Amino acid sequence: MAKQDRMSGNEAVAYAMKQINPDVMGAFPITPSTEIPQYYSEYIADGEVDTEFITVESEHSAMASVIGSSAAGARSVTATSSCGLAYMWELLYVAASMRLPITMAVVNRALTGPININNDHSDSMGARDSGWIQIYAETNQEVYDNFIQAIPISERMRLPIMVCQDGFITSHGVSNIELLDDEEVRDFVGEYEPEHFLLNSEEPYAVGPYGISAYYMEAKRAQAQSMKDSMAVIMDVANEFKELTGRDYGFFEEYMMGDAEVALVVIGSSAGTGKEAVDRLRGEGKKVGLIKLRVFRPFPRKPLAYAMCKVKAVAVMDKAESFSNSGGPLFNEARSSLYDLPNKPFVINYIYGLGGRDITVEDFYEIYQDLFVIYRTDDPEDVYRYIGVRDSRYRYE
Amino acid sequence: MAREFKQITKASEITENISWQEITTGTEIYEPATSLLVQTGDWRVNKPVMVWDKCKQCLLCYPYCPDSSIPVSKDGKRLDFDYDHCKGCGICAEVCPFDAIEMKKEG
Ligand code: SF4
Ligand code: SF4
Repeated sequence: MAKQDRMSGNEAVAYAMKQINPDVMGAFPITPSTEIPQYYSEYIADGEVDTEFITVESEHSAMASVIGSSAAGARSVTATSSCGLAYMWELLYVAASMRLPITMAVVNRALTGPININNDHSDSMGARDSGWIQIYAETNQEVYDNFIQAIPISERMRLPIMVCQDGFITSHGVSNIELLDDEEVRDFVGEYEPEHFLLNSEEPYAVGPYGISAYYMEAKRAQAQSMKDSMAVIMDVANEFKELTGRDYGFFEEYMMGDAEVALVVIGSSAGTGKEAVDRLRGEGKKVGLIKLRVFRPFPRKPLAYAMCKVKAVAVMDKAESFSNSGGPLFNEARSSLYDLPNKPFVINYIYGLGGRDITVEDFYEIYQDLFVIYRTDDPEDVYRYIGVRDSRYRYE
Repeated sequence: MAREFKQITKASEITENISWQEITTGTEIYEPATSLLVQTGDWRVNKPVMVWDKCKQCLLCYPYCPDSSIPVSKDGKRLDFDYDHCKGCGICAEVCPFDAIEMKKEG
């Protein structure tokens, strides 16, 4: 039976972990994800879980510890943020290329510098090419639900997975949440029974061997295939989760997209603010819609193009700068996905919310107005834009 | 024409002709001691050579070899080097208390 509670996003992750009761957790604190191992250590102290809680001296070691335990055959989890994720970098690639189903809670935070502890997506976006599945959440409920779904997704695919949420906004913001029973969660994730594992004395084998030029490219192509194949598994797990909870998940959520003429693509908690702007504009009779991307890796190229095929102008929102001189990471992938459409919409980019900068309903309202101007004038002007930054070229208060 | 394939399970089947569909998941190798299949000593620059007259069979060299390239017989006698795998690092020559190992230029 579902039970109502109120929880922060961090507690929701820790609670989901407790219900999953993994074999190993690699633990090193970093703001704003610190509470996750903190809550978890309480569960351990209270004897509520029997997880091996490995306290290490750095995030590099946290990732190394779960790589080791996962290869040994243990269901392994960890959590991190920002520079902590950056410090794991080389090992992220090791985990993915060894095809280890590690589940990591990422509480998104800006990267230094200037030094900043608030939310944006530069940490996980920087790790987007490391071979990890990436799933993002708008609300605390989604954080909880995504973490539970992440376990079967990663274990069926033998791929590591990041379950991302917005630092402080959902991680520390408390809201109502519907929790599953421990038993329901345990049934849903099942026992972890890897085919091969290092602690199996019946089958001595080697993991992570040297891959000379004669093998490296075949290894990478096979790895790319696993990311492709994970699309179907993500949907299977979402369908099973819907059967259990009634809650609907996919690659993205479409909000008022049916007859939308202009639309917005956004990741994470800001989608809620965007939806409020959609409601207001719909009240004025404007045909606007919003797509909240849940799965960034694998990138749902075709479904996204299909969802956008009737739209005339799209704004893609990036909470990360990539210093590419051609827009943020989401923009480039979303725009590339739409390139194959026979009637391509205009696609512009807004960099927003860096280092915890607020984005408001008014900001989204303004973006939709810009999209209508582009639609009317047939001219996107500069496609690489910022919103919410003080700019001397314009008056600001 | 597409060729038939199945994922490799034996180390001996891993060759430079396998396709990406055939390579093992995560490039795992499902058996131990597979280096026996591969000659890894061919890039050696220096080579340890036994001076058998001086060898007292104390076996100190054997545990020091980082590459398990000093075989020991069942009756506890060291045998000649496994030159297929010896890297020529010279550690054995350094630790031998009786100067029974000489390092020579390879080739
Ligand atoms: S250390 Fe020297 S003397 Fe002792 S077994 Fe080895 S070669 Fe012989
Ligand atoms: S030279 Fe190095 S690798 Fe070769 S046998 Fe001696 S210790 Fe082993």
